[in-house]
Amino acid sequence: MSAAGGRDGVVRDVPARRPPARTGEPAIRIEGLSKWFGDFQVLRDIDLCVEAGERIVVCGPSGSGKSTLIRCINRLEPHQRGRIVVNGIELTDNLKNIERVRSTVGMVFQHFNLFPHLTVLENCTLAPIWVLRKPRAEAQAIAMRFLERVRIAELAGKYPGQISGGQQQRVAIARALCMNPSIMLFDEPTSALDPEMVKEVLDTMIMLAGEGMTMVCVTHEMGFARAVADRVIFMDEGEIVEADTPERFFGSPKNERTKRFLGQILHR
Amino acid sequence: MRANLFSSWGNTLLTLALVAMLAWVLPPAIDWLVLDAVWGRAPAAACDAVRGQGACWAVVAEKFRFMLFGFYPYALQWRPAIVIVVLCTLLVVSAIPSFWRPSLALVWAAGIALAFWLMGGGLGLERVRSEQWGGLPVTLILAIFGVAFAFPLGVLLALGRRSSLPVVRALSVVYIEVIRGVPLITVLFMASVMFALFLPENLRIEQLLRAQIALILFVAAYLAEAIRGGLQSVPRGQYEAAAALGLPYWKSMGLVILPQALRVAIPSIVNSFISLFKDTSLVVIIAIYDFAYAVKKSVETDFSWKPYFIEAFLFSIAVYWAFCFAMSRYSQWLERGLAREGRA
Repeated sequence: MSAAGGRDGVVRDVPARRPPARTGEPAIRIEGLSKWFGDFQVLRDIDLCVEAGERIVVCGPSGSGKSTLIRCINRLEPHQRGRIVVNGIELTDNLKNIERVRSTVGMVFQHFNLFPHLTVLENCTLAPIWVLRKPRAEAQAIAMRFLERVRIAELAGKYPGQISGGQQQRVAIARALCMNPSIMLFDEPTSALDPEMVKEVLDTMIMLAGEGMTMVCVTHEMGFARAVADRVIFMDEGEIVEADTPERFFGSPKNERTKRFLGQILHR
Repeated sequence: MRANLFSSWGNTLLTLALVAMLAWVLPPAIDWLVLDAVWGRAPAAACDAVRGQGACWAVVAEKFRFMLFGFYPYALQWRPAIVIVVLCTLLVVSAIPSFWRPSLALVWAAGIALAFWLMGGGLGLERVRSEQWGGLPVTLILAIFGVAFAFPLGVLLALGRRSSLPVVRALSVVYIEVIRGVPLITVLFMASVMFALFLPENLRIEQLLRAQIALILFVAAYLAEAIRGGLQSVPRGQYEAAAALGLPYWKSMGLVILPQALRVAIPSIVNSFISLFKDTSLVVIIAIYDFAYAVKKSVETDFSWKPYFIEAFLFSIAVYWAFCFAMSRYSQWLERGLAREGRA
């Protein structure tokens, strides 16, 4: 189990998922999604619905297609077959639609991907100013609010190269939140961090979960999955092998591959 | 000193050999360049007296008006003189980061307009056709416009070469490879001859403008490759982060990717600018009299000063070197400043 599991204390901090406001259309609807890299099929006929406010943790061995799956949700990767509908907008080659989806879906990357030539504050105000066309002062006020929420407001004037990995990842989360997204995607947000910095990032994500944000997280932090996930999805070889509540997923996994994976990851 | 120069037998020998060589070369060089030279205004006869022992800097004093302004009408040469001052002032001011704001573009527009009015005349000033322009103002105009237009064109070509649109990519590749595969002189010839063939009779472009366009097209191809190198150094994650925030292509390029790419490409970009500055001297082959040619012409045409062409050339070398060295030092200073504020 990872160092920052957050198993104690955090479980009680996160309320059970709010009853979803059932408007008919889920936040993310994926039907029959398949994707190839050249001849290699990375995703095989994936079906997945994520309701508004739902928190999903996606896990699986490396190469299982889990990162590719969430990168399809904001079309960083194009898919070849099936449908992806995000907030009622279907992702196709239509650039306008892609940009609309991206401005409502926040993404946090494994390697933070902060803009090194901009200060922390400028990282957070760039997209609100240039995509949402907010006035500079308003964008800065919003950014400072989120930087305070992730408890690094004092770093606003620093450049990414001057702060630690954990701090950078929290800036990345704040940067995404400044766009006021309705969905947040996390692509292994803690795997590039030194162990002592994992907790500060997970705590930030747990805080977000507590506020009812729709989240899809690719992560191996099983403590986090137990604490906040409404559903845990296990992927292997491009397929969803098992999807269940954390209690049943960790307590009584049904599939052999899931059991083997959990055996490897939990008894490390 | 000891560690640097005398750390081993080999180093000691090398040091002594170099000292001996300097002792052999420097004193006569200094004698010729400085001590025994003829300074200030002096008749050619004064130079003939010390011929072989001292340099004749009097040739520069005698001919500097022609060197700087070429065949520009003598009585009107105060106009190109002001142009040189205006352009150099603009260059120096633009080099200072605290002046980098949108209004600088307006100042440049005003400065350029003023420069062309002074050079060409009109609006109350006597007209001087561009065929009569010459010397340093021509060199500066070719270099400044070359940079100003080749740079954006180079950026577009670099982006085009990495575009996901096959037509744009193919056009960029063909352009860059064709232009880079051809000598500048041929491009200048083509510009001089071809424009006249293609364009209708009543739309004659002046020779200077043709040379300017040829230079821009030529340098842009090299700049494009320098900038492409910078673009390749920007990690994929930066493109993805910009895309994930919903930034459209041009905004993501302009705000995220290019600022990082250009920073990396500064040394190669400045390399191209320095080449451009010196390559302006090739326009002489299509009968435009830039600074280098004016210097050559100034001594060639005067029998009594003709022997002192070496001093005249040394002067033009010093001027070219001063501009290029300034560019080089400035780019190093810029890099250091950007490194300080960027990734610590």
